[in-house]
Amino acid sequence: MKDQVFVKMENICKTFGTVKANDHINFEVNKGEIHALLGENGAGKSTLMNMLSGIYKPDSGSIYIHNTPTKIGSPKESIEKGIGMIHQHYKLVEVQTAKENVIMGQKGSFFLHRKKLSKDLKEIIDQFGLTVNPDQKIYDMSIGEKQAVEILKVLYRGADILIMDEPTAVLTPQETKKLFKIMKNMAKEGCAIIIITHKLNEVMEISDKVTVLRKGTTVGTLITKETTPRALTDLMVGKSVNLSIERPLVKRGNRLLKVDKLNAIDQEHVKVLKDISFELYEGEILGVAGVSGSGQKELCEAIAGLYPVHSGEIIYKEESLIGKSPRSIIKKGISMSFIPEDRLGMGLVASMDMVDNYLLKEHHNQKGIMIKRKPIEGICEKMIETLEIKTPGVHHPVKQLSGGNIQKVLIGREIDTNPNVLITAYAVRGLDIGATHTIYDLVNEQKKKNVGVLFIGEDLDVLLELCDRIMVICQGEVTGIVYAERTTREEVGLMMAGERLEGLVMAQ
Amino acid sequence: MTSFLFAMIIAGTPLLFATLGEMLTEKSGNLNLGVEGMMLIGAVAGFGMGFYTGSGIIAILGAAVAGALGALIYAFLTVSLRANQVVSGLALTIFGTGIASFVGTLFIGQKMPDRVIDSFAKVKIPLLSDLPFIGPILFRHDYFVYIGYIMAICLGIYFYKTRFGLNLIAISENPSAADASGIHVNLYKYIHILFGGALCGMAGAYLSVVDVPQWQDNITAGRGWIAIALVIFVKWNPIMALFGAYLFGGLSIIGFRLQHLSISQNLLDVLPYAVTIIVLILSSIRKSKEDAPPKGLGVPYFREDR
Repeated sequence: MKDQVFVKMENICKTFGTVKANDHINFEVNKGEIHALLGENGAGKSTLMNMLSGIYKPDSGSIYIHNTPTKIGSPKESIEKGIGMIHQHYKLVEVQTAKENVIMGQKGSFFLHRKKLSKDLKEIIDQFGLTVNPDQKIYDMSIGEKQAVEILKVLYRGADILIMDEPTAVLTPQETKKLFKIMKNMAKEGCAIIIITHKLNEVMEISDKVTVLRKGTTVGTLITKETTPRALTDLMVGKSVNLSIERPLVKRGNRLLKVDKLNAIDQEHVKVLKDISFELYEGEILGVAGVSGSGQKELCEAIAGLYPVHSGEIIYKEESLIGKSPRSIIKKGISMSFIPEDRLGMGLVASMDMVDNYLLKEHHNQKGIMIKRKPIEGICEKMIETLEIKTPGVHHPVKQLSGGNIQKVLIGREIDTNPNVLITAYAVRGLDIGATHTIYDLVNEQKKKNVGVLFIGEDLDVLLELCDRIMVICQGEVTGIVYAERTTREEVGLMMAGERLEGLVMAQ
Repeated sequence: MTSFLFAMIIAGTPLLFATLGEMLTEKSGNLNLGVEGMMLIGAVAGFGMGFYTGSGIIAILGAAVAGALGALIYAFLTVSLRANQVVSGLALTIFGTGIASFVGTLFIGQKMPDRVIDSFAKVKIPLLSDLPFIGPILFRHDYFVYIGYIMAICLGIYFYKTRFGLNLIAISENPSAADASGIHVNLYKYIHILFGGALCGMAGAYLSVVDVPQWQDNITAGRGWIAIALVIFVKWNPIMALFGAYLFGGLSIIGFRLQHLSISQNLLDVLPYAVTIIVLILSSIRKSKEDAPPKGLGVPYFREDR
């Protein structure tokens, strides 16, 4: 009974154009098992799982669900086969309640029976220990609750094979713990769970088995207990990599930036920044930790002059930046690179090439009416060399580069302006391990040049290793500023959830 | 006063049908600016059918089918080919206006046969029509008006109380979520766009067959555009559409009633259009997640798009 095979994928191939996304992949998951699917970006994890959820069809190879050969043609068929996918970006209708989202697309009577449904849902909620109110509207929910709705949705549909695509990316450590507990409950109830991730510590913590993919091929399936993070990384990257992040010792210099009681209000009259105060010095990396959407974006934009400040002060060296135009702020040497979730939304124009994107920030420094591309081409070529950007040339549209290379272009451009303050948000979002470390090195290099870096990050472990101090924000408020070396994951996690810890040494 | 309110209901009926039609379309996530065109196609088809067959029922059905055919062009362009919705809708309006004028040359100066007019005679609803005040206003109309009442209420139940309505709202808000739940997004879109077109066609036929019973060029006179604005005004709620449509119906006839006052006729004629603009401004100021337009409105959906 224990080794009942729920999912078996054999020799799966899938090609997009000329790119082989999946090349003869084999994959197997048993009943009651939590199986991690590990791999770098572009290794083919999502492609493989999208074939289970009916989004893509394999070019060749066979899929067996519960030991019967199966063709999955659409998401609908996938649901009917008992497969439930929890996407990284939640697929929920914001104006509807949790309950309505759950029954969406379900067969049944013409009219809805809301009362009976509530009762059924309550049972599932209790059984698996979810925390969610079925009658609450989605837009009123926290990220963790939204995820619970997604889980509830697939469970209600009777799924016994669950696929979770990077489920922890947006959760606080505490919410992650809760999620893991729910996952273990589900496994105990006899579900098979596949978790897609690139966070090694999570693989070690939650999974029973792990399958590593690299460049579209299966590298191997291991039993988690019998392996180490080190070995997994080597398998994932294909060569030995140094996992540690440097924190070079640089003497802290003068104060560069002082933010004092900064408040900002969004279009819907909600306070997005509440009395934010902090200081940034030369030669330090100040990390910002927080669940996504806690005001990071607004803070970056406020400093860069893009977001209206309601009250408070932003002082750079001796002068106030409030009311200054973005261009004059850039001229003073404050540079921002914000990597949004979709990577291209802010900072670069997707259909333009590297040179033109560089010119966007540079052209007003040129004299004359016509723009000169020649000198910029040289700069861009140098950038390609130093940052090892993979591109056919400086005139190739940036949207056709891979995510990592786009990010290198963006950060490279910001660094190239020789800033005194570098603001970078989610610099390594979605990058593979190699590219990630290149970016960390770049940031460290700036620190050595006495630049003050405001580093907004997602991965707590990275923040703890890379930064000198960490500022934790929660719903637009600073809940604490701590020295990275003297704090722990748990402390930062609690502050991310909004707790102000008593007796904690606050960093100056 | 009673006679004004009675006339207001009649003037509001084509607006109601067109508003409900556009609402259905928008609830499937598609913005169809071709309402005016579909109304005109429906008007000319309804007139022609009534004129040649002498049957009121066939006139209405013909108009509905013609409106749906107009919507089919739009649906094919925007759903299957994922063309720009605004441009496709505008093209449909231009197309419909042209077709109606062209076919309408056959009917210039013609009057609807009496048999057809008689089939839309006023019907008193027993009991209800005897209610004080509202009885004479609401329940002494032709049956087309009653279909309007029923249609609005049915759509209200459909949107908020049934499984299909729930799926439909999901599509207009977040088509990829709906798709991932196994809802056939494109099928829903086609059905609702076509049905919406049918309602717009009927709206046109009410003008040419029942209200005016005579062919005039450009008989809709911009009512299709008002209907699009009304959908926003009534916050995508079919029950509210009853009030919105009749209110605007009232505005469009208030000119006749105020003729004895020395207000410029031109000024009065402008009234419904001016109010439309004001309504649009006011509703764009309003900010609430509940009353907001469907999030997926106007965005073509393609599954493998990321």
